[in-house]
Amino acid sequence: MDFLRPSTLEEALAAKSERPAGVPIMGGTDVMVDLNFDRSRPPALIDLTRIAELREWSLEGGALRLGAGVSYTRVIDGPGAHAPALAQASRSVASPQIRNRGTVGGNLGGASPAGDCHPPLLAAGAVVELASVRGVRRVPARDFYLGPRRTARQDDELITAVLLPRPAGPQHFSKIGTRNAMVIAVAAFALALDAEKRTVGTGLGSVAPTPVRAEEAEEFLAAEFDWDTGAPPAEPVVRRFGELAASATRPIDDQRGSAEYRRHAVGVMARRALAWAAAEYRGGLGGGTRCA
Amino acid sequence: MRVTFTVNGEEASADGVWAGESLLYVLRERLGLPGSKNACEQGECGSCTVYLDGVTACSCMVAAGQCEGRDVRTVEGLAEQGGEGAERRLAAVQEAFVEMGAVQCGFCTPGLLVQSHDLIARTAAAGRGVPADAEIREALAGNLCRCTGYEKIIDAVRVAAEREAAEAGEAV
Repeated sequence: MDFLRPSTLEEALAAKSERPAGVPIMGGTDVMVDLNFDRSRPPALIDLTRIAELREWSLEGGALRLGAGVSYTRVIDGPGAHAPALAQASRSVASPQIRNRGTVGGNLGGASPAGDCHPPLLAAGAVVELASVRGVRRVPARDFYLGPRRTARQDDELITAVLLPRPAGPQHFSKIGTRNAMVIAVAAFALALDAEKRTVGTGLGSVAPTPVRAEEAEEFLAAEFDWDTGAPPAEPVVRRFGELAASATRPIDDQRGSAEYRRHAVGVMARRALAWAAAEYRGGLGGGTRCA
Repeated sequence: MRVTFTVNGEEASADGVWAGESLLYVLRERLGLPGSKNACEQGECGSCTVYLDGVTACSCMVAAGQCEGRDVRTVEGLAEQGGEGAERRLAAVQEAFVEMGAVQCGFCTPGLLVQSHDLIARTAAAGRGVPADAEIREALAGNLCRCTGYEKIIDAVRVAAEREAAEAGEAV
């Protein structure tokens, strides 16, 4: 196994092109576990920690460009206000030591159905930036996840950034696990209301072979939500929203939870997230700004 | 490969390092620094916690090759030299762990000390006051202890933070 240490993005892309089976390593919180347990022996590790632009974030007209190598801790301390659901998810990841090292780019690269970043990225309409020696392309998060740990990333591509539109309304994330720290989510749910486009975004984790959206629930709520006043949705609307969210799941039974529990949990989290988001929406209307 | 980095203020090199080797392995098996403990090798237990460029990390999940030219501080480096010719003095958090009975079998202690040291450095020692128990528990959420039930550990961190805050001129 070779250890490659590119110092620029150009060098890294060249390395990935020459060694497409080489595994990029940033925080190491997934890659090193596989190595420590003899689960993988890639021909090369490509260390991306020396590439400055991957560790940077910036605002472009209110939209957030988050370098793939920004740690969860830095998401929370830095641009979190520009990506509220992602910030909430980041705060819930593992433990402080892992939040110091783990990155949004690594979560995307690993593409575990249980990854904490995926529901907020789906709900917020994020776009994944992929780069190779052939050029740069941008893939919406909704088209990025193809199967368990399989994504739209080609073998010679690196994930360089994730782009999040300016939040135009409340965003909320919740997840269920057996304790607060160091657990893989049994189920996760994210909700984003867009007050300008009057649309709803959702993201569901740990309840299907990939992170998924609940599109029927999104359309239903966009039509039923009182966008003018943010009035608390009527009980049948809340219930139906929960049912439609739950019906978007394709869960399995495993040691972390049963399929039935996961389906139920998504319905509960969806109803709660709607209540939180509606309350925040009403609060925002009074203050002259709708943004979280 | 050869990896050279700073450990506890001094430059150290290791030869023959395998590409997939962890920082933890290099510290323990090649550099004679067994303070950082090897337990879960998957970031669950926190017993291998070290500072890497001033930020705490599980050294089992850092590839040694990533540390080239970096600055590492282990539990062995928490005790500070008081001045020229002075004796090395345990960090306040180390003293407090001993006093408060926060150590039983001791296996988790090195990781807890580094992680607690970081919390106190960012709060009490930085003039931001003594962290509340909830903040201490959150900071230590990635460090497992199977002996103490954590109460004595929380007590020790609080006591150390109070002393640091007093030293930093904060009202305790």
